[in-house]
Amino acid sequence: MKTILSKVSQLLITLIGVTFLTFCLTYIAPGDPALMVLEAGDTIVSQEMIDATRKEMGLDRPFMEQYVRWVSGAVQGDLGTSYSGKKPVTDKLLEGLGGTALLAVSAFLLNVLLSIPLGIYSAVKANKLPDFIIRFFAFINVSMPSFWLGMLLLYIFGLKLHWVPIATSVISFKALILPAITLSLVMAAKFTRQVRTVIIEELHQDYVMGARARGMSESQILWKHVLPNALLPLITIMGMGIGWLLAGAAVIEIVFSWPGMGKMAVYAIAMRDYPLIEGFVLWVALIYTAINFLVDLSYSILDPRLKARG
Amino acid sequence: MKEFILQHKRFSFYSLLVAIVVGIAIFAPYITPHDAFNADMSKAFLKPSAQHLMGTDKLGRDTFSRIIYGTQTSLFMTIILVILTAVVGTVVGILSGFFGGKVELVLMRFTDIMLSFPGVVLAIAIAGILGGSAINAILALVVVSWAKYARLIRSAVIKLRHNDFIAAARVNGTKQMTILWRHILPNVLPLIVITGAMDIGTMMMEIAGLSFLGFGAQPPTPEWGLMLNENRQYILSSPELMLYPGMAIFIVVTIFNLWGDSLRDILDPRSTDSH
Repeated sequence: MKTILSKVSQLLITLIGVTFLTFCLTYIAPGDPALMVLEAGDTIVSQEMIDATRKEMGLDRPFMEQYVRWVSGAVQGDLGTSYSGKKPVTDKLLEGLGGTALLAVSAFLLNVLLSIPLGIYSAVKANKLPDFIIRFFAFINVSMPSFWLGMLLLYIFGLKLHWVPIATSVISFKALILPAITLSLVMAAKFTRQVRTVIIEELHQDYVMGARARGMSESQILWKHVLPNALLPLITIMGMGIGWLLAGAAVIEIVFSWPGMGKMAVYAIAMRDYPLIEGFVLWVALIYTAINFLVDLSYSILDPRLKARG
Repeated sequence: MKEFILQHKRFSFYSLLVAIVVGIAIFAPYITPHDAFNADMSKAFLKPSAQHLMGTDKLGRDTFSRIIYGTQTSLFMTIILVILTAVVGTVVGILSGFFGGKVELVLMRFTDIMLSFPGVVLAIAIAGILGGSAINAILALVVVSWAKYARLIRSAVIKLRHNDFIAAARVNGTKQMTILWRHILPNVLPLIVITGAMDIGTMMMEIAGLSFLGFGAQPPTPEWGLMLNENRQYILSSPELMLYPGMAIFIVVTIFNLWGDSLRDILDPRSTDSH
């Protein structure tokens, strides 16, 4: 219980820290938001109008007051109004959330299906041919920028072979295939290596030698002893991947014109739509910390020793 | 020298490759067959030929020259980024590890915040809000990357602090700053160098990624990520234009990753990948 409380307070500090940093940046950034809002409309802008809009948007208030107001709004689910389109930020983010979630979850599942079996196989066959082949491909993939891999796949399977639609901006299973594969491939390369390291470490434990001495078969050792013991580090690795996934999704969404939160955020940044950017950062922080929190919780369920201690 | 090369064949070979890349970067303006900046609309979208090995882009600039010149941009940005990140991380790590107490508490809280948030997302936001430019992209990535170094170096310093030679220096009345400079820093330096060297490839890709999104190097700078972004629209008519910059990133990142791995094997033989 005590650990949960301290985790929650840690989580809150992170949220406040990250949003405060973003808020500071938008404050010192060049450009006057009031002017930008007015220029989005089709009128000639006068100084009086700018001043009135600044007042209306609360921009004439001191910095800390603005931040506190933003936080108290955010706590109630109100993240302000997006500059472009005049829609509530929460609504805009919700529009993109579905696309990003679909992409991220599919990529994550593909990544698990790829990296865990490959990593285990590579570890079992350590320093033999299959291991070298798997490591070779993992190494190549690690050095490959995701956006370039995406463009290559898009060119081959979209433009040349016409297997999948390109740049539809509509969510469909066919349109999902390439972005999900791209995102998962880059991830899987890194993860396969980490899974391999974890399994090799476990295979070097004394109990494995003991089991071998008792005449247990290698596959029995792997399934009954090594994998259950490797579960915790594997979950840690997979949990750490979530952050990477959220960031990677933004780039992939741009390459494939996939309608998601990341693509929206990149456009919001280009348009200097500060409320939308702040909302996006808060949401990513929330999703990320919440998932990490769940990963932490799963430890105490999977490893009773931790529960006894905590 | 000869002995060293024979003893560390892998490292020597990769160092040679790194030297070639660095050489290309330094001498880029002198070895490009054409001016990397010179636009000539009458020559736009030429297919690869003997004159233009990789063809020309939408403004008629020679792609091969821009790729070569891009080595300088990418490498220069990456080196500055890695050095700045390592310096900030080292200062925070050493201060919190050596002094402990409140200094450590505050600095480590800060580090934890930075580590518990997906860095690239924040880097995109920072670089974008500050306005797309090479310097802002570097700053943004420093802000989100130093924490990893701080963590690592702090734990190394804490281990060092309890060593007898530090205690001996203290007993002798050595000043705090002297202990830091003469005893702590030289001992954590290999760790900093390894971490930095192994990070070059990743950092290069992250910088290219920011440029690709439009938040890094700005036109007309020849930068690989930016070139990919510029040539993306012409994927249908001139697909080769997006092939070359990606290939360049891939090759150079691979070289630096291999080099970083082999450098670690020499400086820290205990932690090899293959056990």
